[in-house]
Amino acid sequence: MTHAHVTSTGLDSRKLAFWTFIGSECLLFGSLISTYLVYKGRSVRGPTPHEILNIPVTSVSTFDLLMSSLAMVLALAAVARGDRVWARVWLAATAFLGLVFLGFQAYEFTSFVHEGLTITTNLFGSTFFTLTGFHGGHVAVGVVWLLTLLVRSFQGKLGPDKALNVEIAGLYWHFVDVVWIVIFTVVYLLQ
Amino acid sequence: MAEHVAPAAGARSGIWSWITTTDHKRIGILYGVTAFVFFLIGGLEALLIRLQLASSQNDLVSAETFNQLFTMHGTTMVFLAVMPLSAAFFNYIVPLQIGARDVAFPRLNAFSYWVFLFGGLFLNASFIAGPILGADSLSVAPDAGWFGYANLTSRAYSPGFNVDFWVLGLQVLGIASLAAGFNFIVTIVNLRAPGMRLMRLPVFTWMTLVTQFLVVTAFPVITIGLVFLMFDRFFGTNFYQVSAGGDLLLWQHLFWLFGHPEVYILILPPMGIVSEVLPTFSRKPLFGYAVVVYSGLLIGVMGWGVWSHHMFSVGLGPIPDSVFAGTTMLIAIPTGVKIFNWLATMWGGQLRFTTAMLFALGFIAMFVIGGLSGVMHASPPADLQQTDTYFVVAHIHYVLFGGAIQGIFAGIYYWWPKMTGRLMNERLGKTHFWLGFVGMNLAFFPMHFIGLLGMPRRIYTYGPELGLDSLNLVSTIGALLIGVSILVFAANAWWSLRHGETAGNDPWGAPSLEWTISSPPPAYNFSVIPEVVSRLPRWSRTQMRAIPDVPPEPVHVPGGSFWPVIAALGIGVLATGALLHTLWVVLAGAAVLVVAIYAWAFEPFEV
Ligand SMILES: [Cu+2]
Repeated sequence: MTHAHVTSTGLDSRKLAFWTFIGSECLLFGSLISTYLVYKGRSVRGPTPHEILNIPVTSVSTFDLLMSSLAMVLALAAVARGDRVWARVWLAATAFLGLVFLGFQAYEFTSFVHEGLTITTNLFGSTFFTLTGFHGGHVAVGVVWLLTLLVRSFQGKLGPDKALNVEIAGLYWHFVDVVWIVIFTVVYLLQ
Repeated sequence: MAEHVAPAAGARSGIWSWITTTDHKRIGILYGVTAFVFFLIGGLEALLIRLQLASSQNDLVSAETFNQLFTMHGTTMVFLAVMPLSAAFFNYIVPLQIGARDVAFPRLNAFSYWVFLFGGLFLNASFIAGPILGADSLSVAPDAGWFGYANLTSRAYSPGFNVDFWVLGLQVLGIASLAAGFNFIVTIVNLRAPGMRLMRLPVFTWMTLVTQFLVVTAFPVITIGLVFLMFDRFFGTNFYQVSAGGDLLLWQHLFWLFGHPEVYILILPPMGIVSEVLPTFSRKPLFGYAVVVYSGLLIGVMGWGVWSHHMFSVGLGPIPDSVFAGTTMLIAIPTGVKIFNWLATMWGGQLRFTTAMLFALGFIAMFVIGGLSGVMHASPPADLQQTDTYFVVAHIHYVLFGGAIQGIFAGIYYWWPKMTGRLMNERLGKTHFWLGFVGMNLAFFPMHFIGLLGMPRRIYTYGPELGLDSLNLVSTIGALLIGVSILVFAANAWWSLRHGETAGNDPWGAPSLEWTISSPPPAYNFSVIPEVVSRLPRWSRTQMRAIPDVPPEPVHVPGGSFWPVIAALGIGVLATGALLHTLWVVLAGAAVLVVAIYAWAFEPFEV
């Protein structure tokens, strides 16, 4: 998979596969988000979303994730122009901001549990934890992926010829970010 | 061996070379053989069902066993037989039809197969896993029906391991289908030989492409439905808990949003096969090629807008019922268009009634009957009478046995010489066809009446006062005939592998690219990448440059990899851990998976 093949469309095969994968993921998150919306307001007992959701805190974590996408763009640009130092800085920054987001989520989840909302409490709990948990799982996979790229960079194996590897990781990262924007809007802002 | 049987396919031998293979042809054979074994198991389940129903008040099997038999029969035939039998052709034929040397991601392809195999073994292990899991009975097979309606599947109503096997097994199989979906979309879009424009693709390849788009969009939906069910059962969530405000229709919507596109996932590939077989044995190009392609695309798109016709009896209200009745009747139009194109293809052609051709004709005839009964229950008032009766069972078997399975057999007889280098025996083939054809009509046609006269499906017995004993007996005899026909096929396959006539490159005088190379093809498929100048390369006046038997320059053939099978094994262990509710097994499976993914990503492998 090291050298580029001539393809019928001119698009790299891995990139095309990844776009197809993202299309498929849209249906996955679409099903989760639709279920959340269908079950909204149908819990037979509390806590309800407006009793428990902390919009200011989540706005900060949302901003954090948005900034990670910016760092990702800069990381790709650095790899593409062969700038090893900044490639490492921005890859590390992206991964770090992803970890911070996961930290916010861990804090949010534990505080909800303390306030009496678990995945079994009511429909809101089941749909909320499943939806945001699926998203958090995707962020975690992304962080591991980014850290892997970082290690490859330190091994000296992430030159400009490997920019496509970073670009695909970036596609994934931006997609996960966009999904969060939708979740933040649907779950937190449109109560 | 005769001179035309290419040596390359047999050059790498031994069990290890099969386990690590990334050759699309070998993976195709693995898919085909494995799926055929599952097809036999599913068929055996069907025969037990029919023997139980041969007479009223029969007690051959218990009600509990009967539930397991019909659930596993449906699940097996859909996910472990028809889908992977089609996948065998995707794997073997599609790269040959587009002039490629392999699929876009050979290792991902191997991974798909191994995940499918482990998922199938996992599901079927439930038949004997009872004692290990501490259950009272030997078999703890899934027993809630192939569409597993909530809340029959809840812990409260299905406390045993049965539904756990189902909910985990289907998720594992979903991974296999999704991975294959991405792979084949990219293969068909990106790996076409020069000159192989989209509107020159053989119809089988086109239908494969549409099918894979349906797979990658429909499977995520059922995955989420299954995840909800798994969480409900394992962690006590409320998705399908009515007492917590949950709605049972959520499952039905998620299932059928997947389930109806799945119908087209099952039938479009056989439609593609028939569109290859009919022109070859009519010696005429397919009538209205573009229309057939566009109809297939339209079916793929419209297949997303009809799912609630499976839910007329739940009372969605007159407006949704009317809308879904309308879309369901509309989707019959592109399907009907295809039928007329096939008929027009034969019109004035030089027909040769080979076994493959007979199966293609059988497909058309039986699919029309299944389609007509389908349009009947597109009408909600009629459907209310037919829901959950044997009428629906008759419909689905005309479509999936008369349609999909006969189409697949047409493909087997058609491409067998390409895959093995030898022709199948035509006499045995025609015996297979006629026994199966008579058998299926005896088995399934009476079911229309059995259903309309009021016999419900999925009930393990019936009273003599219904007066349905003789019709049911006829149906059972038909099922046994189908069983005999499959034995004839197996004998034919066994015989022809050893004594079949040598096929040569193109025994049928067929038009498409796969017939330009030796049978079976060498490991690299094409000694030089073909340059396609027309839609029917072997039939058109502008001849493409011949493909030499010996490559003018050495061809790189990717070696094997054992990481795909290890990764798939990790998934199997993970599912087993989830079944046992044992965290360390889950973690062990996940660890194996992660190690395999990293080793896979960093091993040197060139396509
Ligand atoms: Cu349907």
